[in-house]
Amino acid sequence: MGVGIEVRNLNAWFGKAQVLNEINIKVSPNAVTAVIGPSGCGKSTFIRCLNRLHEIVPEARLTGSVQVGDMDVYAPGQDAVDVRRRIGMVFQKPNPFPTMSIYDNVAAGLRLNGYNKRHDLDVAVESSLQMAALWDEVKDVLKKKSGSSLSGGQQQRLCIARALAVQPELLLMDEPASALDPISTGKIEELIFQLKAKYTVVIVTHNMQQAARVADHTGFFLMGKLIEYDKTEKIFTTPSDKRTEDYITGRFG
Amino acid sequence: MMRTRFQQGLDELKVRLLEMGGMAEAAIELAADSYRKRDGRLAQQVFEREKLINQSERTIDEMAVDLLAMQQPMATDLRFVLAVLKINSDLERVGDLAVNIAQRSLDLTQEPEIDVPVDIARMTTAVSTMVRRALESFLSAKSDVAQAVLEMDNIVDRMKDEAFINLVSQMKSHPEQIRAYLDVLLITRSLERIADHATNIAEDVIFWVSGADVRHNVRFSQEPDADAPRRQ
Repeated sequence: MGVGIEVRNLNAWFGKAQVLNEINIKVSPNAVTAVIGPSGCGKSTFIRCLNRLHEIVPEARLTGSVQVGDMDVYAPGQDAVDVRRRIGMVFQKPNPFPTMSIYDNVAAGLRLNGYNKRHDLDVAVESSLQMAALWDEVKDVLKKKSGSSLSGGQQQRLCIARALAVQPELLLMDEPASALDPISTGKIEELIFQLKAKYTVVIVTHNMQQAARVADHTGFFLMGKLIEYDKTEKIFTTPSDKRTEDYITGRFG
Repeated sequence: MMRTRFQQGLDELKVRLLEMGGMAEAAIELAADSYRKRDGRLAQQVFEREKLINQSERTIDEMAVDLLAMQQPMATDLRFVLAVLKINSDLERVGDLAVNIAQRSLDLTQEPEIDVPVDIARMTTAVSTMVRRALESFLSAKSDVAQAVLEMDNIVDRMKDEAFINLVSQMKSHPEQIRAYLDVLLITRSLERIADHATNIAEDVIFWVSGADVRHNVRFSQEPDADAPRRQ
């Protein structure tokens, strides 16, 4: 089952530049939460703070706390690799391991975590590809075709399958459909809807219609601050803050 | 970032709806005059106006649907387009009701004149004022003006109830004129229905301006439920 997230007093910097400012947010389990805002507002940094990807950038630092289910992400001694296993991530550009077969792409995370039994891997690969709605399209070429031989939309679903294979509790998606055509985008959105039965999903998107279509809750970020966070229908019909209104109606700036 | 084409579309929609509002107001006045002056030619003019109102309804619907499909309005813009669609159909109904009044007035010109125990002129003034104020609230985007329209509806309802009692009483004492009194009764009913549409328009303006749904005397604001996320 998906887990809830509680972020408290989160501040983040790149060098001296503060990119997140006192973010407090509670994310519901088994729901889709969209993060929207103009370029540079801190939305990608925000989700990268959830799975400790922010800290791998030189000169990057943060303060505050992130609780994901029962895991205190920034507790002293908390293993960052374990955090990233429990919190899966899908990026804007599909990034399958190019030379690996479809099967090996999905199994890679499991193998890294010490799973080597053939039968277990077969089961996990199939169920992950099923969940990512890709199984029917690739089941006959699992080991014959490489990840990079697939179409963009298929590659992105392969990356989702790869993220799901290690059974994360939370799935982060950073603009997962921005490089895809409308058909592939539709498939990813349908998949996101299906995934929330088992996972908590946080998605960063520039596409407001996409946020409106897929998300239960939406947060609007502006210049490193969380301006408004509410049910998606509220944000897109009657936002409370003038800045949210200006952004979503295109009168921003 | 200004969306010029989109803004022009919204502005044009507003102008078109106000023009249609003007036509609907004029139709009410003409219909009332045709009753007051027992003038069938004025009634004919109402029938002509109604055709224009119907045309205008289709044009506004098309423009609104185009904006929804091509510009995907959000928030206040979305509420505006939705309000326009609903006000559009209310104004079209006002046109139909003006036609009903004109038809009854035309019928009355064929009947001997009767002693009418109802102040139709006063009722018409109240109803026209409601329509005008509702359109003003739309023009100026002012909820308080719209709110005042809602409060006027009770006055018109009372006028209609009084008219009903008085007209029934006249019908009992003058059964030979029952047809004429029925015409007058139907006119008061049409006027009262126009007031209802003015009320709907005012409610739609409040929805557009503030996001609040005040229909049926219940205020629905979109408060987050208990398990909804916390706002910072």
